[in-house]
Amino acid sequence: MTLLEEESLKLSEVQSLEGHTDRVWGLAWNPATGADGVPAVLASCSGDKTIRIWQQRSPSSTSFDCKAVLEERHTRTVRSCAWSPSGKQLATASFDATTAIWEQNGSDFECVSTLEGHENEVKSVSWNASGSLLATCSRDKCVWIWEVLPGNEFDCVSVLQGHTQDVKMVQWHPTVDVLFSCSYDNTIKVWAEDGDSDDWRCVQTLGESNSGHSSTVWALSFNGTGDKMVTCSDDLTIKVWGVDITRLQSGDGNASWRHLCTMSGYHDRTIFSVHWSREGIIATGAADDAIRLFGESEDHPVDGPSYKLLLKKEKAHAMDINSVQWSPAGNRLLASASDDGTIKIWKLESLQ
Amino acid sequence: MTLGLINANPVVREKKERISRSDVHLHCDLHDALSVLSEESITVDEKLGRILITFTPTIQHCSMATVIGLCLRVKLKDCFPPHFKVDIKVAPGSHADEEAVNKQLNDKERVVAAMENPNLRQLVDECLHSSEL
Repeated sequence: MTLLEEESLKLSEVQSLEGHTDRVWGLAWNPATGADGVPAVLASCSGDKTIRIWQQRSPSSTSFDCKAVLEERHTRTVRSCAWSPSGKQLATASFDATTAIWEQNGSDFECVSTLEGHENEVKSVSWNASGSLLATCSRDKCVWIWEVLPGNEFDCVSVLQGHTQDVKMVQWHPTVDVLFSCSYDNTIKVWAEDGDSDDWRCVQTLGESNSGHSSTVWALSFNGTGDKMVTCSDDLTIKVWGVDITRLQSGDGNASWRHLCTMSGYHDRTIFSVHWSREGIIATGAADDAIRLFGESEDHPVDGPSYKLLLKKEKAHAMDINSVQWSPAGNRLLASASDDGTIKIWKLESLQ
Repeated sequence: MTLGLINANPVVREKKERISRSDVHLHCDLHDALSVLSEESITVDEKLGRILITFTPTIQHCSMATVIGLCLRVKLKDCFPPHFKVDIKVAPGSHADEEAVNKQLNDKERVVAAMENPNLRQLVDECLHSSEL
């Protein structure tokens, strides 16, 4: 582990979760758990076509047990999973071209709905802040927006075309109903509803000409206040972008994102995942088996923030890391998922 | 699509560049594994656990370049320890869509999805078997 300057942080391994029989692609912490005496719950999805639900033994315990295996629904790799904001439903996206919606029923989970429509592999799924909308994306280059209706009905309200290649991830903004997608076409697109027509359209594309990435963009994540976004890429960099949050929240369709900072020279293989904690720490998971943490630097030029490497955890896993996710509970827990078939839970602590 | 397109009678020519002299213990005969192609090279960095394979499709506009690359990945999967990172590229200048082919071949998610596609999987399996005649 490498430390820089006088930062005295360390990432301690809490537990290694085993059970999946193929690479683990995605993770999602249940947002309704982990605080106020409720044990934390984590969902993981895998190339073994299943989803596993892990639960903390007790709110103060460091042990997680596998509570459920969601199987016999997807017929191919499950690539991504996302809990609804209420924590009551779990959406899972699969290479079998479907998205499944699951609900807990006693100690089991049952599939209450299946979303079909994409022409091929679904890569990512995301719920908006209020849980009224769902977004999915696929290798078919499209982004679909679904309305959540009573009785587990999901109606497609828009099929968004614009990316020229495979779309890797979709993510809703944390406070406003604006959707973001990133792609194999090296761009990030911003989609918003047109005030007048209720049509969804692309309001901004962040590409190489706006200081964007030069290869596939794999993931994106917002900071707590939603005025900044971080993206990671096959071009070995992570980039931070900012927006005038007041304009965005007032529904100004012209509130545009601008490039703030590029962190290059820290990664030497594809960065598959990036996640911004409530506390402001950016975690990355990469194809060199390492986890890196970045934080805002005190000394920076007047015209923008700058970020520095806080910590590099080499050999965090035995193989590529596909996903890193901070627990939303503010307990400094970080989960990582790998090609080695395991999930690891880490605790960020001060060295003292 | 008939598989006669791809080196049904492969000629194993003298490779220009030998495997690097590092002492990587390989579990299978690489010579056989790579007989599908006309020319290939392997660079191994044992310390970092990285392998780069470059291959030369027989024609500049070879439409099977990505399939050949996939075949290579499948064939070589068990030749190296599982934690080794394998990158596969077409030899520089050997293909008209070099960048596009390389990008697909090294996008892990695309490769996994392709191998889950039964049609493509069958094509790759047949390719590999035909080279063993």
